[in-house]
Amino acid sequence: MQKIYKFVIVKKSILMLLLMFGIAGCTQNEKESNTEVAQNSVFQLNSNWENQDGQQMKLADLNGKTVVMAMIYTSCKTACPRLTAEMRDIERNLGKYDPKKVRLVLVSIDPEVDTPEKMKEYLKQNDFEGEQWLFLRGDESSTREFANVLSVKYKQISPIDFSHSNIISVFSDRGVLTFQKEGLNSDVNEIVTEVKKQLKNS
Amino acid sequence: MKSILKISFAIISIAALTSCYNRASVAAKEVPAVTPQSLSPVKSDKKMISIGSGTYMGFLGKDSGRIVQVKSFQIDESPVTNSEFLEFLRKNPQWTRSQVSGLYADDAYLHNWQGDYEIPKDAKPESPVTNISWFAAEAYAKSVGKRLPTIDEWEYAALADENSKDASGKPEFTQYILNSYQKKGMYREAIKQQKPNYYGLYDLYGMVWEWTEDFNSVMISGESRNDSSKNESLFCSGAAVTTSDLTNYAAFMRYAMRGSLKADYSVNNLGFRCAKDL
Repeated sequence: MQKIYKFVIVKKSILMLLLMFGIAGCTQNEKESNTEVAQNSVFQLNSNWENQDGQQMKLADLNGKTVVMAMIYTSCKTACPRLTAEMRDIERNLGKYDPKKVRLVLVSIDPEVDTPEKMKEYLKQNDFEGEQWLFLRGDESSTREFANVLSVKYKQISPIDFSHSNIISVFSDRGVLTFQKEGLNSDVNEIVTEVKKQLKNS
Repeated sequence: MKSILKISFAIISIAALTSCYNRASVAAKEVPAVTPQSLSPVKSDKKMISIGSGTYMGFLGKDSGRIVQVKSFQIDESPVTNSEFLEFLRKNPQWTRSQVSGLYADDAYLHNWQGDYEIPKDAKPESPVTNISWFAAEAYAKSVGKRLPTIDEWEYAALADENSKDASGKPEFTQYILNSYQKKGMYREAIKQQKPNYYGLYDLYGMVWEWTEDFNSVMISGESRNDSSKNESLFCSGAAVTTSDLTNYAAFMRYAMRGSLKADYSVNNLGFRCAKDL
């Protein structure tokens, strides 16, 4: 979390600097996500998604489940395998849990290439089996919108390569973002604690 | 006959009551669902300009110095105004200041408006709408059957000065842009007071910054250290080497602005215009 704040500060100072050069005045307010719980739910997003079995769904279908989510793409050779490994670590560290109450979700940032077959294969290769594992793809605009909800940045830099932020997010059973872990490091303790807390509350 | 009616009425009422009761008890057990919101279409007669396909020199990071292909497209001749946005709010009250979801907008969203349907005191109906988040700009564009322009489209159309499609080689054009960035409070003025560029586009410079569809593809500063591929930062020496044009300080500012934004931010001098495929 500390890291995220650092970025916000860095970004803000950049913004301020720009505004000093440019046209005047800017108001930035940090959002207090705690105050309006249901109002901030991602279940409001009307976008359509397809899972590894080719089934259509909406984010609202995750209602009632604590969600851990990462945005990756299957042909990625650099950071995604590490993000995937962290998802595995998180799952292992959850201990015993009801798979009906949890969804561990990968969302593709390369929906054109990541067909349901590829997504299914990717889950299988990683031994991500069971109803709690989900791989989703949307169209380009839904993907961009959802990335913006998570403050994930990405850019296609060649036909098979993307540059992207490495963020794992936790959502409450009502679709409210409660925690984000930014950057690649192997310490999953904080995020595991958060998921357990959410499961307790649900 | 009367008694049959009475009895059947009683049965129906009991049935109705119990079904309500059942539904209520089921609903109480489930987590209350949030229904996704849909948009009501809005009519817009805003003039759009067709921009022919072409190429331009990418500015940043991996695109730097690369020839970027831009397909032909249409773009609004001027930024979306307060009155146009007001029309959208009337049809889509879920986007008014008091009702907007915290998912889509920070607290600064339309903060300068006098009410849900009252534009800012110090601005004109024909001033560009500002203090709107990326989500709001996206929703507006969808409601009028359009989309936001991509960074490539915006930059490509903005290469033009009054007389030529590509004025990027002219130092006086860069100077003009930089001067325009120094004017203050221009977002309170009416659109289309300056001369249009070669294509007939107004106010690309000197009025407001503009949202683009893929603004979140610009990765700068601290963030890139944590990114999968080292995306060259604008602010370290690595970046200076990889930007295509060291003198293009104006483009540098636009990219830095984009990289510093999040989609729920609202800023006094950040507006938008829409685009469309051809």
